[in-house]
Amino acid sequence: MTRIDENPGGGRNAVTVRGLVKHYGETKALDGVDLDVREGTVMGVLGPNGAGKTTLVRILSTLITPDAGQATVAGHDVVRQPRQLRRVIGLTGQYASVDEKLPGWENLYMIGRLLDLSRKDARARADELLERFSLTEAAKRPASTYSGGMRRRLDLAASMIGRPAVLYLDEPTTGLDPRTRNEVWDEVQTMVTEGVTVLLTTQYMEEAEQLASELTVVDRGKVIATGGIEELKARVGGRTLRVRPVDPLELRPLASMLDELGITGLAATTVDSETGTLLVPVLSDEQLTAVVGAVTARGITLSSITTELPSLDEVFLSLTGHRAGDTQDAEPADARQEVAA
Amino acid sequence: MSAVTTTSADDVRIPLRGHLRHTGALIRRNLLWIRQDPESMFDALLMPIVFTLLFVYVFGGSIGQALGGGQERYVQYVIPGMLAMMSMTLSQGVGTGFSQDFNSGVMDRFRSLPIGRGSVLFAKIAVELGRMLFATAILMVVAVLVGFHITSWPGLLATVGLSALFASSIMWVFLTLGVILKSAQSVQGVGFLVLFPLQFGSSIFAPTSSMPGWLQAFTDYNPLSTLADAARGLMIGGPVAHDLWVTVGWSVAITAVMAPVAIHKFRTKS
Repeated sequence: MTRIDENPGGGRNAVTVRGLVKHYGETKALDGVDLDVREGTVMGVLGPNGAGKTTLVRILSTLITPDAGQATVAGHDVVRQPRQLRRVIGLTGQYASVDEKLPGWENLYMIGRLLDLSRKDARARADELLERFSLTEAAKRPASTYSGGMRRRLDLAASMIGRPAVLYLDEPTTGLDPRTRNEVWDEVQTMVTEGVTVLLTTQYMEEAEQLASELTVVDRGKVIATGGIEELKARVGGRTLRVRPVDPLELRPLASMLDELGITGLAATTVDSETGTLLVPVLSDEQLTAVVGAVTARGITLSSITTELPSLDEVFLSLTGHRAGDTQDAEPADARQEVAA
Repeated sequence: MSAVTTTSADDVRIPLRGHLRHTGALIRRNLLWIRQDPESMFDALLMPIVFTLLFVYVFGGSIGQALGGGQERYVQYVIPGMLAMMSMTLSQGVGTGFSQDFNSGVMDRFRSLPIGRGSVLFAKIAVELGRMLFATAILMVVAVLVGFHITSWPGLLATVGLSALFASSIMWVFLTLGVILKSAQSVQGVGFLVLFPLQFGSSIFAPTSSMPGWLQAFTDYNPLSTLADAARGLMIGGPVAHDLWVTVGWSVAITAVMAPVAIHKFRTKS
């Protein structure tokens, strides 16, 4: 019998999904999804609301059963071996799934006991994880008194108790302010260095770039693109460099100079005269450095220089030719209502 | 809408010790809830006091007369009835608490853990039965203060056991409602509609002999009547066997039907 979890690129898959289908009446939440997540990597699943991301995570954590298709996690089938599968996964949902009436410590101790740790081990693990996620001070307070970031950290700690092989992060920073979001990113990066395989769903290109090494773009229950971050970024036009000279009169000469250098991404350099900035699409770090070098060589003084990632909308536009959730396709409009199940 | 999770032979089984450990951890959680929110015990504390005083002092005199005695006679009659009433009314709490749980993300976490899904329900029932024992103790203290004479202590124990059995069967019904209905309020609303006719169309508060025939036909097989009558026989003497077996029969039948339904609904809820 051939295993379906051999990765085409070598090594073994932690998560393998083949032809996964889940319909809610007329709504096709998942419409034949394939996915390969190699062990020890971070796979970002990028898509707008209602694309089917949460449905995918819920099937992979055995909360719902698929209508068709196959999925294995760490070699366990989601339908036939749910109990074994639940032992190797950690789940952090879109909404912090901790018991808010319970103190942080009690939340972690309870989950330790539910994962069959002895009382002693469950206690030790709760202490250890609170320390690691900087929650020791708040250990005895009910989680309802925590800030948004603290709750999300407690949620992450709770998913780590069983030392899972695969961690699902379902939109882990949706609704967080930028500072808290960075905290969560740091924690996730630490976990990844410890060898956890992560399946991350997100609506933000920036988050995917921060955390994921590979990306699967989904829309309306279908995979529309998959590949390495760099590869996909190149396909959608890389980044945009925003350069603002102190003297607006320098804009035009600067633009023609960069054109001569041949530094253009998929789009051409454009001048935004209203804000006095030059928008330069770049495909690589080398091109970015070359632009900065050329500006310096000309002796132009800049008041600001920033890079921007393409937004989710731009990613969709360049991959599919339509905006996320557009009605261009033949699909009936009611098939795309969001499935919050 | 979701398919039944069919677990094949190659999946691991959870040993009994595991089930006990998981249920224990979840009982601890529910007890911590009570510690966090002691007001949730108010109903268990106040219901036996308020209802006993109300019925004994408002209706006690006149119904007691009809029984061929007075208020003292009615105390003997109504206290076992109170026990039956509480076993039903307090059971409702298990459904409302459960519904609240579902509206928070923590239920998803439980369902993604390698635990028997029944553990979550068993823990709820265990804690709710604990609350009921507390309420029963309060009731007995109030009962003695208003002049209730227990003639058989083993009878009292048997009564507590019987009402716990009946209550646990009713809790499966409310757990099912807690899973199906969207809000705690609707669980309470539906629960009230079921409880009210069952409670008053019974022998809990007054003998049924003066009721019209069609109503008597209902009250004779109403499990609240048989529970109340069995409690009377057990604690203060009188015929027991028929009411005891009808009550046990109801409890077993309700559990046999509703426990699998509750666990199934819980397992497949998406």
